[in-house]
This record gives sequence, structure tokens and C-alpha cells, in this order.
Amino acid sequence: MTRKITLSTLALYAVLILLAAAYLLPAWLTVITSLKTPAEISLPRSWELPATLNLGSFVDAFHLLRPNIVNSLVLTVCATLLSTVLGSLNGYVFAKWKFPGSEILFTLFLFGMFIPYQVILIPLFHTLRAMNLYGGLPGLILAHVVYGLPITSLIFRNFYAQIPDSLMESATLDGAGFYAIYFRIIFPLSIPGFVVTSLWQFTQIWNEFLWGICLTRHTANPITVGLAQLAGGQAVSWNLPMAGSIMAALPVLLIYILLGRYFIRGLLAGSVKE
Amino acid sequence: MRNHDRIKAFFTLLPSIVLLAVFVYGFIGNTFWISLTDWGGVAALAEEPVRNYAGFANYAELFAGFLGGSFRQDLVNAVFYSVSLLAGAIGIGLVLAILLDNKPCGEALFRTVFLYPMALSFIVTGTIWRWMLAPQGGVNILPTYAGGQPLRFRWLSSTDTVLQFDWQNLLEIVCFLLAAILIVWGFWLLREQPRKAAIRLLLPGVVLGGGTWLWGDLLPRALFMEEMHGLNLATLGIILATVWQYSGYTMALYLAGFTGISQDLRDAAMLDGAGATAYYRHIALPMVRPITISAVIILSHISLKMFDLIFAMTGPDNGATGHPALNMYLTTFRANEFARGAAIAIVLFLIAATFIIPYLISSYRQRRGGR
Repeated sequence: MTRKITLSTLALYAVLILLAAAYLLPAWLTVITSLKTPAEISLPRSWELPATLNLGSFVDAFHLLRPNIVNSLVLTVCATLLSTVLGSLNGYVFAKWKFPGSEILFTLFLFGMFIPYQVILIPLFHTLRAMNLYGGLPGLILAHVVYGLPITSLIFRNFYAQIPDSLMESATLDGAGFYAIYFRIIFPLSIPGFVVTSLWQFTQIWNEFLWGICLTRHTANPITVGLAQLAGGQAVSWNLPMAGSIMAALPVLLIYILLGRYFIRGLLAGSVKE
Repeated sequence: MRNHDRIKAFFTLLPSIVLLAVFVYGFIGNTFWISLTDWGGVAALAEEPVRNYAGFANYAELFAGFLGGSFRQDLVNAVFYSVSLLAGAIGIGLVLAILLDNKPCGEALFRTVFLYPMALSFIVTGTIWRWMLAPQGGVNILPTYAGGQPLRFRWLSSTDTVLQFDWQNLLEIVCFLLAAILIVWGFWLLREQPRKAAIRLLLPGVVLGGGTWLWGDLLPRALFMEEMHGLNLATLGIILATVWQYSGYTMALYLAGFTGISQDLRDAAMLDGAGATAYYRHIALPMVRPITISAVIILSHISLKMFDLIFAMTGPDNGATGHPALNMYLTTFRANEFARGAAIAIVLFLIAATFIIPYLISSYRQRRGGR
């Protein structure tokens, strides 16, 4: 009996470790390639450790990608802040101030989360051009705020639905109105909701590419577009794209590793059914 | 609650309502209208571009025209891509979740390792995997470290195509596929509901399949010329990278579902003599069926709009790994054919809508029923 359990446990660990190794292979290859000198990179020896550590690729990649990183930081921080605050207010109304038709309206909101964005791209492009917002960061921020509203409203609505109505009722009896309840009761309770939502939005906006390439000019390109240009073309020396990939991935990876619990809650919130 | 508070609540929501009404619903309508015009060509970006109503000419060109061949191959690619991503990510994610549901030591560490690809952008994933799949290195030389021969497969530049079919026979193929689905589904239900399975599924399946086999020649041709399409093997690399990125996501979904099943229920099942296999097959998996539905919806949505990953892995101009979403970008922003691009976007939107709308309606009903 004991022997059988140990055997199956051993098998379980063996499978898990093998799978984990397979999942980590791309990361391993990326790190070792980014630390090699261009001369040392060759296809047949791509899995071998670098002879000497060379951090020059990171310096070069940072030099090339710096404007993109700055753009992405400005874009991500502004758009995350705005869409999270709006989402919180919307979620508050949808969860605690239901009115006739509010559930239908909420479903219509959610629809905006599931459309392939290609279907709004052409009017978005021409509207931003007509508003003189095409090409720069403000237009991109506007797009991210608007199309971020469905998911942020969804996460906050589900979060606020767990706050008992009795808290609301006692506050109403004390004479608190719509905004007083929000600022005195709901807002102080929603710090975890803000963390989950803003991490989710940060991840999404930092990683977004389609609007970045269609709606911005060269000077306003976000990091994903910068990386695609750095890695594009046929004759690339692979140390630079790999170092760039690490830089582009690092902010979100750090969030994921340090605040994984909140990141996963955002991930799960994307599936509408609870 | 007082009335003016209700008005305040509504006015708080109003800016978002207006924005989404314009940016989602208005823009979809606008794209549809553009797809019915002939807007495009050299003067497309002029101040007052010439736009004439052209009816459904763009759609006819895409599905039955001489130049739409690449779009049709993109559509076939997208179908194979969606099906493989669903099978791969859900299958592997489920296996990972069941393994971790045994609560091994270091569960949190394993979970982190399987899920970290989700934190990367498609551009990062694509860049890394382009290097992983380089023909004489990366994945292809891994077997040599275990004493084997290196692989020779040209992952992203292969020009081989399997499962070829003639687009002319599209209607017949669709009928056969429908018949096959009905028959398989019928056998699936045969033990639980034999009557329903036989009458509603097996019989129509056999009739449809047999009818198509006998009289399929009478069906109209879908195209005026022969045109072969199939599964381009170059897309396998893209599928592999996407499965790597998204299997951890389905794992997290299933793991949350399994954790939600109470320990009491699990203990009771084990007491009744259910082994691990029986527990997952008869108790855990049926209980997480809503999660499977969510995963199918979200993964299909992702595979339908897939653009960044292909852009980063094979570049925008690689015909063999094309995708309608990429084609839409090239048609619209490289060739300035706005009307044609809008038609592709509407096709993508309609495919997405066929499964998103039922999903949203059922979740709406569930919310109404739950409260």
C-alpha cells in the first residue's frame, strides 16, 4: 500500500518537473542568448551557456527602446488610472444602484469586451484623425480608457456585489447620499478591487500592440511596437531582441511574481460567469 | 433610497454609456456601412474621399472572387488555429490542473511556472518563439541532448499543406462535418438518453451524411474555379507558441473550479470507493463545465483576433501563416482599401458574435435568476 502511493507520488513529481522544465525552456534560451556577444550566438550552440557574461546587449537595447519605454509608461499609467476610477464608479452603480434595465445595460457593456477590435479600428482611426488625436499618446489613452470600461466595470461590480446591502441601508438612514456612501463606505473597502483592476489594466495596456501600431506615429510608439521593429527583419543578431524582450516583459513579470494572487484574480474575472 | 440619488447614480454612469454607445455600437455600425462602399485606393485618405455605395460587392469578392483566395486561405488557417488552440490549451490546462489538484509540495511554485507565459505580451512571446523555432537550432536540436537525431522541420517557413480540400466543394464538406458532429454527439449521449440520441442526433446525422454522399453533386459549387486550401504546416509553430502561452490560463481557471468543490464532496466520493479517475470523470469535470464554456469562449475570441503573435513570429507578409485579422490590417493600413478591410472585420465580428451573444444572454439570464 505505502509502496504504491510512493510510486504514484514519484511519477507525479517526475511529470510535474518535466513539464515545468518544458515551460521554462523559452525563458532559459532568452536569458542565455541575451547575455552572449553577437559573435558567440550560433544556431547549433544556442542552448549552451555564454562563455563570458556580456551585459552590452541590455545597454544597447535600452538605448534603442528608451523612447518606447517612456511612451508606454505614460500611456499605461494614465489609461490605467482613468479606466480604473471610471470602472469603480460604474461598478458601484451596477452593483448597488440598480435601476430598470441596468442588467441589460451591463450586458451591453460587457459586449464591448468580447468584440474583435478590428471591427472598430477603421472608425476609431478616422475619428481620432478628425479630432486631431491621431498619432500621439492622448488618442491611444482615450482608446484604452474607453475599451477598458467593460472589464473594469465588471471586476468592480462583482467586487461590490459582495459588500452587504445592510451597510448601505444603515448609511442611508444616517442621511448619506450617493457620493457620501461611495466615499465613506464603498471606497475604503475597495482597495483590493483597485489593486486587482489596476494590475489587470496595467498588464493589458502594457502588452497591447494592435492600436499601438495602427494609431501612433513613430515618436509615440509604445514598447510592443518598438520591440517588434527591433526584432523584425531577416538579418537580426538575436542578442538584441532577446534583451529587448526581457525589458518589455519585466514590468509585468515583476507584478506577476510579486503580486501573483491579485493578478490571478484579474485573470479569473475575465470569465463572466462566477 | 431617495430619488435624486438615483438620478445622480444614472448621471455617474452616463459618460460611460455615451462613450460605449459611440465607440462600440456606433463604430460597429459605421464599419458595416464602410464595408458596403467602394472606399479605397490612392485617394482614400483625402479630406473628402470618394465613397460610393457598392452593396455586398466586397463580401462577394472575399468569398467568391478571383482575388479573395488569400482571404479564404486565412479563414481556413483561422479555423485550424482555433480548433488546435482549443484542444491544446484546454487539454494541457486540464492535465496541469489535475496534477496540481493533488496538492504536491511546491504547488505554488509549479503554478507560477505554468502561468508566467500569460504575463508576457504576444510580441515578446512571438520574438522568443521565432528564435526557439529557428530551423537549425532551438527546439529542433533539443533531441540531440537526449542522444537523438536533430529534427529537420522548418517550423515557420514550411510550405507543406495537409488536409487539402477544394473550396468548390465547401458546401459538401460542411454537410459531412455537420453529419459527423451529429453522429459523434449521438453516440456520446446514447447511454444516458438513448431515445433522444437516436431520434434527434443519430438519425439526422446519418440522413445528412448519406444524402450528401449520394446527391452531393447537386449542391451548388462554392466557387467558379478549383482552389485548394488546407492546413499549412507553417502554422504549427504559431499554434505551439499560443498553447504554451495559454495552457497555464486554462489551468488557473480549472484549478479555481476544483478548489471550489468542497472537500466533503470529495471525501464522500472517495468513501464510496471512487478512485481518482472516477472522481474527476463523474464529479469534478461535470461540476466545472461552466468553466470549460468560459475557456472555449475566451480562447476562441483570442484566436479570432490573433494578430500580434503572427506579426512577431513570421512577419506581416508571410502568406502561409496568414490570418484574417492580419489580412484586415494589411488591407486597411498598408493598401488603404478601407472598404475591403471593413468587410473582413465584419466577417470576423459576425463569427465572434455567433458565440459571444448566446454566452452573454445566458450569463444575463443567470444573473436575473440568481437574484
